[in-house]
Amino acid sequence: MSINVNNIHKQFGEFTALNDISLDFPSGELVALLGPSGCGKTTLLRIIAGLEQADHGDIILDGENASNTHVRDRQVGFVFQHYALFKHMTIFDNVAFGLRMKPKAQRPSESKIREKVLSLLHLVQLDWLADRFPAQLSGGQRQRIALARALAVEPRVLLLDEPFGALDAKVRKELRRWLRKLHDELHITSIFVTHDQEEALEVADRVVLMDHGKVEQVGTPEAVYNHPQTPFVYSFLGSVNVFHGRAEQEHLQVGNEQLRHHNEPYGYAEDVFAFARPHELKIVDNNHHEGVSARISRVLSFGIETKVELDGLNESSGQHYEVHLSQQQRKTQPLHIGQMVKLVPSALALFPRELETSAQAQRLSEQQG
Amino acid sequence: MNTLRQFSVLPGFGLSLGYTLVYLSLIVLVPISAIFIFTSQLSLSEYWQVVTSPRVMASYQLSFGTSFLAAAINAVFGVLLAWCLVRYSFPGKRIVDALIDLPFALPTAVAGIALTALYAQNGWLGQIIEGYFGIKVAFTPIGILIALVFIGLPFVVRTVQPVLEEIDTELEEAASSLGASRWQACHYVVLPVLLPAIMTGFALAFARAVGEYGSVIFIAGNIPMVSEITPLMIISKLEQYDYTGATAIASVMLIVSFILLLLINLLQSWTAKQTGRNA
Repeated sequence: MSINVNNIHKQFGEFTALNDISLDFPSGELVALLGPSGCGKTTLLRIIAGLEQADHGDIILDGENASNTHVRDRQVGFVFQHYALFKHMTIFDNVAFGLRMKPKAQRPSESKIREKVLSLLHLVQLDWLADRFPAQLSGGQRQRIALARALAVEPRVLLLDEPFGALDAKVRKELRRWLRKLHDELHITSIFVTHDQEEALEVADRVVLMDHGKVEQVGTPEAVYNHPQTPFVYSFLGSVNVFHGRAEQEHLQVGNEQLRHHNEPYGYAEDVFAFARPHELKIVDNNHHEGVSARISRVLSFGIETKVELDGLNESSGQHYEVHLSQQQRKTQPLHIGQMVKLVPSALALFPRELETSAQAQRLSEQQG
Repeated sequence: MNTLRQFSVLPGFGLSLGYTLVYLSLIVLVPISAIFIFTSQLSLSEYWQVVTSPRVMASYQLSFGTSFLAAAINAVFGVLLAWCLVRYSFPGKRIVDALIDLPFALPTAVAGIALTALYAQNGWLGQIIEGYFGIKVAFTPIGILIALVFIGLPFVVRTVQPVLEEIDTELEEAASSLGASRWQACHYVVLPVLLPAIMTGFALAFARAVGEYGSVIFIAGNIPMVSEITPLMIISKLEQYDYTGATAIASVMLIVSFILLLLINLLQSWTAKQTGRNA
């Protein structure tokens, strides 16, 4: 079932949680709402579910305006970050809850309920836990039960609020692979909220990036990662290095140092943010004619790549950079801590430094640092 | 006895258990056993005669009956009050919260006099109730019930409140997203979690009501066979210097109260097992 979000606005006192959001979620897709905490993603999910009321705007479910429909009539499955399982009921009773709450006329017989619950427990691979209580289960098992409970009422949409947020890294990875598999079997329109970019990119068909109550970019994981459209998306997805400078012709002036920016030449000078991924930076000798000066502060050489962390100097002091080198490169280039070097980008993404985005990117570059 | 010697990361088991036993003996067990020792001066037939005399029997019925009813009323309305205080915010909430403890703080005699003045035939409320409904409140068992409801209120509110605060509203949201109506969510999700606390509050309010003297004595009117509570029977025996008679009645009260509280405790642990809290 498709979901359309039209001009949703939500205000908490002075704070704008959602600023005129419009989004379309096509039928059968698994979409991630991704953004830093406080960006409004959970509020949006709760408004879609009907757990929260928007100040204005409409939620269209399957072509029908559901804005004034109560959550119990919206037929949405909601999975909470902290599971929200009923502690005083067995796992079986938890999963059966939705079916038993149906009005008498629609309620299936107890034997039908039993059949359904057992098949759902089988689906989440936990049939052997039916008689246990939630307190006896691990976090990952609880979340799978919460999912089974939501699926029991055959919802038209599945909404998951940071479903793996409370789990440890290993279980998290397992569960998200499992969720993807489950979605491929059921093809139920699903939206999940996360602040973990890796999770969003790995699991979702499409990613909606949000910041400050606004949608920054919507696209497939490949599209948003490879072609970020805003400084926010650039800095939020993956590690990134930022240079504050002034672009003119083919050059970027950072303080009194110069770089080539590899973009179309600028006809006029403009203040910009220049982004480069860690593998797009090269470390060169300190006496190289171009580049931004930095001092090596750490060299981490485990794994496939060597990570070099550097501190900015001169104009960019206080700024941190991260460069990834292949082990090959690492061998040919002696690096030691405290060494003065210059950084030369092989590619730069330039965004004009407007007043509004400036504050935003500033905050983000601080986060990155 | 093996379990007592098991290794534990929490030190001081021996010390704290010893302290608990000594303290409990000094403060609770010794005075209570004094009652039974004192009572034992009576022969069995004398004892039986004292504790089953018609006036005393009527007082048991009244005391335990009204106390049970008052605790039940408090269980219902105390939960409502606690619900309001936990779930909603409204101006003056702090004041309402503080008001609830007032029956604790007020000298019971003051409460008794105030209630009597209010519910007497010529009192503000007494006038209205008697005038419109023809029901006499003061100097009847209804008056006793009102006094006992008054003094028992804080027990239920204060035991339920913290538990209610702990219940995540997410649970109710989950219930309604699964199609449960508001009533179903309260009945199947919230109430089972609250039940042990409600029962504790009920037991406390009941125990307090059974032993209550000061606030009841004024409003009860103390009419023999109608509105005499058991503590009054004890006091009147004392006033006649009949100490053994007083302790005899006291011993019956103690035994009955103990059995009732024990039953409530058993019921509580049974529900706990039913809902997996001890599992």
